[in-house]
Amino acid sequence: MPLLRFLLLLLAGLLIGTPAGAQTYPKFTGLVVDAANVLPAATRADLEAKLEALQKDTHRQLVVATIPDLQGYSLEDYGIGLLRTWGPGLKDVNNGAILFIAPNEPAGHRGPRIEVGYGLEPILTDAFSGVTIREQMMPKLRAGDVPGAMEAGTDALIAQLRASPDEAKAQTDAAIKDFDKTHQRQGSGSGGGIPFGLIFWGFIILFVALSWFRRASGNRYVGQSGGSSWPVILWGIGSEIGRGSSGGSWSSGDSGSSGGSSGGWGDGGFSGGGGGSGGGGGASGDW
Amino acid sequence: MTFRAILTLAAAAMLSACGLNSVPTAEENAKAKWGEVQNQYQRRSDLIPNLVATVKAAGAQEKAILVEVTQARAAANTVKVSGDDLKDPAKVQQFAQVQGALGLSLQRLQEAYPELKSQGNYATLMDQLEGTENRITNARRDYNTAVQSYNVTIRTFPDAIGAKIFYGAKPMVPFQATTPGAETAPKVDFGS
Repeated sequence: MPLLRFLLLLLAGLLIGTPAGAQTYPKFTGLVVDAANVLPAATRADLEAKLEALQKDTHRQLVVATIPDLQGYSLEDYGIGLLRTWGPGLKDVNNGAILFIAPNEPAGHRGPRIEVGYGLEPILTDAFSGVTIREQMMPKLRAGDVPGAMEAGTDALIAQLRASPDEAKAQTDAAIKDFDKTHQRQGSGSGGGIPFGLIFWGFIILFVALSWFRRASGNRYVGQSGGSSWPVILWGIGSEIGRGSSGGSWSSGDSGSSGGSSGGWGDGGFSGGGGGSGGGGGASGDW
Repeated sequence: MTFRAILTLAAAAMLSACGLNSVPTAEENAKAKWGEVQNQYQRRSDLIPNLVATVKAAGAQEKAILVEVTQARAAANTVKVSGDDLKDPAKVQQFAQVQGALGLSLQRLQEAYPELKSQGNYATLMDQLEGTENRITNARRDYNTAVQSYNVTIRTFPDAIGAKIFYGAKPMVPFQATTPGAETAPKVDFGS
């Protein structure tokens, strides 16, 4: 049936037509992501333990990363993309931050950069981030001690994050509950929503098709009613599917980061990102 | 007849498929993003008196540039663009122009006093200014994305029907930097 084939083609076209992201980022595999391979195992383990303890105690998420390639983007542009892709910190509370360095870039553009989520901007202010980078990290970086610089920077950030209390605790707690609920079940709670719109349209199709066939068998007004209602239904389905697929890619952007672990937010292990976001707060260095 | 009932149902569903909800949603989203753009420009404006005071305290020789910055700030503060003005290209362009001029004069100010770089107070102010410029860039990008999605919504099928019939929706104006060089953030690195 040509009509059915057309419909299938239409569906396929809509499903394929989702654009691919321009930048690619390392996988968010833990609170320390050493993608550029510059940290010795001991440093990595040490940092990981400190960062996990921080998350357990304060429910704030700090991530330390080394990036092999900025792909031609500036530190700031790459940082905001990385933060929004990994989504450290809880959704809506946005209490996550990333400290990263790009050791393979030309001198002066290697960072470090501290990328701060919206919720941590009052704590890790631009000025504090800048001072941390200049005073704790840059001297060590200039001496060629990358692991030492990352340790020093992380320590300073952790101290600051531990020192200031959470002023919106109720909101954070609610977000943690939400996170644990969606993540303990499957490791990733997204993408499984029932497409009510599609079901609805399915029913409409069914009914129209039924009446259409009934009419066809009775030979009354065949072309008229069938011809006029089909396009309408096709648009409807098209828009529902378009909406469904864009919804899917959003939520996978949020929790594509969550790496499949099943821990809760405050359990002390790696929980993945919680869908935090940021707007470009923080500071960069010019190592 | 049941067929008629089904038709009514289908018509109702069509309404939702032709922009009754998606048009205002996209519009409000773009307006919220605009709020963030203004917010960050305001933040920059609030930093400037501090910056000027610090530079003065450091014994600035060249007073003309400080006057220029102060005037540019005052001019920029007079231009406000509310959510409803976003469909007026002239207003958005004017906003972009005065903010761009302020950005340029700030850049000149920083270039005029490279020796201040090592001063602690000045350095942290620069951190804040740089961070704010970065936030402005991101807020502007987010706004432009939201505007694009709104403009696409009201001009493509089937949402265009609802946009035209129910809302008479007009396209919004994306934020473009009009002054040459206004896009580039003021350099904090003095090229030592």
